[in-house]
Amino acid sequence: MSTDGDGSIKVVPVRHVGRWVGVAAALVVVAMIVHTLLSRLPTGQRACQGTGASRVCHAVTEWRFSWDIVFHYFTTSEILHGLLITLELTVIAMAVGIVLGMVLAVMRLSPNRVLSGSAWTYTWFFRGTPVLVQLLVWFNIAILYPRISLGIPFTALSFFSVHTNTVFTPLEAACVALGLNEAAYMSEIARAGLLSVDEGQVEAATSIGMVRRQTLRYVVMPQAMRVIIPPTGNEVISMLKTSSLASVIGVIELLGAATNIYSANYEIMPLLLTASLWYLVVTTILSIGQFYLERYFGRGALRTPPPTPLQRMRHDLAGIVAKFPSRRGLAGAVER
Amino acid sequence: MSETASLMVEAIGVRKHFAGVEVLKGVDLKVGRGDVACLIGPSGSGKSTFLRCINHLEKHDAGELLVDGQLVGYELRNGKLYERNDKQICAERARIGMVFQRFNLFQHLTVLENITMGQVRVLRVREDAARARARELLERVGLAGRDGYYPAQLSGGQQQRVAIARALAMDPKLMLFDEPTSALDPELVGEVLDVMRDLARSGMTMIVVTHEMGFAREVANTVYFLDAGIIEEWGDPREVLAHPSSPRLQNFLSKVL
Repeated sequence: MSTDGDGSIKVVPVRHVGRWVGVAAALVVVAMIVHTLLSRLPTGQRACQGTGASRVCHAVTEWRFSWDIVFHYFTTSEILHGLLITLELTVIAMAVGIVLGMVLAVMRLSPNRVLSGSAWTYTWFFRGTPVLVQLLVWFNIAILYPRISLGIPFTALSFFSVHTNTVFTPLEAACVALGLNEAAYMSEIARAGLLSVDEGQVEAATSIGMVRRQTLRYVVMPQAMRVIIPPTGNEVISMLKTSSLASVIGVIELLGAATNIYSANYEIMPLLLTASLWYLVVTTILSIGQFYLERYFGRGALRTPPPTPLQRMRHDLAGIVAKFPSRRGLAGAVER
Repeated sequence: MSETASLMVEAIGVRKHFAGVEVLKGVDLKVGRGDVACLIGPSGSGKSTFLRCINHLEKHDAGELLVDGQLVGYELRNGKLYERNDKQICAERARIGMVFQRFNLFQHLTVLENITMGQVRVLRVREDAARARARELLERVGLAGRDGYYPAQLSGGQQQRVAIARALAMDPKLMLFDEPTSALDPELVGEVLDVMRDLARSGMTMIVVTHEMGFAREVANTVYFLDAGIIEEWGDPREVLAHPSSPRLQNFLSKVL
């Protein structure tokens, strides 16, 4: 066996032929995508410069993906306003979903059959019907209930009453529809989180005299969060995109703004791309936020928490630098 | 009456069944103030269940169970038993420390936060006072300076000592230990038993479910041998463990010693 100077064995590594074929194929596909994204098409027009013998003509081309138009609309006030409505919808619907979902999850785990049964039925109904149908129902709720009133159930007593359509705008209908639908999904996520906490934790909290509510708040919830946060991040990202359905009931959110513009100027693809790029930007920011939230709620679960991307990048860079014992590396060693 | 007043725990014919299976078939036991009682017996004999009845983690079905002269979980008024509400039961529990086989430290909290939790949330002690008390207790269990560690960063023996400190922070009048060393590596058992020995010496009333016969012989005032839901034999540990009279205890001791 041949060894290096430092005693570690010298080997010829295994050649992964299949892996290299795969890499080559992937690179070809990536090249094709980049090429088509950056390709230009002739418009059929010709542009000429100069006169007489020095006159030069060439075919006029334009981006296949109309990037100039895409980025022109990227920051127009209509699109930005639509983006704001999208974010508003997402935040409100998720807030409703998370709060109501938590309540439903706790109800579902209650020893009382009526409470757990009601929570189950809620989830069954709202998860069992399409969210688009729910949006349309809430949008048209005035057909069923022309007036909203506050009073004592099953009596004619009423303290005040208003026309449904005067207080219930399409945006509010969308918030309610998306929020109530989300609560059904969130309740399942929260329930899984609560069940993931070891029973011994509850017993320990109980044994030091904490009541059920305190145990839930100070011991079970914080630990359940570790399990609840990752899928909730998914739900937020999913909600951001699902909120585009609200355009169907006339809410001018991001997609609604884009369709409004392209129905006037027929630049359909560029505006769909504009909207898509904004969705991508926001989901990217959300993913970064989710990473740090997970890290925070994961404390105590692992002996050594995983590095942040920045820490990992620094570590990788240090590894690359160490691989090349350049003058700089040697100088660094001497300095130390 | 004078005897009852000197007792910390008194059980008279305590019974408990789970889904038709009778786990406790009438347990009688008396533990005086400052006494240490060890419960020994084969697994499934009902030791842990009985211990959990004492702080009402489990409800007993029949018999009388008194802690510090008061019925556990119930109240006797005009000859009728009333179930106590959650708040009252929790207040009772707060003064009964419990140490579990699996430690059950709050995983998301540091060592210090584990010990201050009950003081702050249940006893309503001020945060800084609770912290000072926690540090004092950590020193007492030999873990001074481990304040900021998370449970997962500690060995089993260290975790169990934190768990003891957490229970002591509630200023208990009675400590219950449910096989406190059974989940530990053999070399870590000693450090936990040392802490418990000190605690017994300081006059704490303790009921310990254990398989550590050496500890029972040395520290306990009384040892109870529980088998199939009844106390088969009890008495002075030096007497009972050295000269067991019941064949079942003889059989049990021949297996564990």
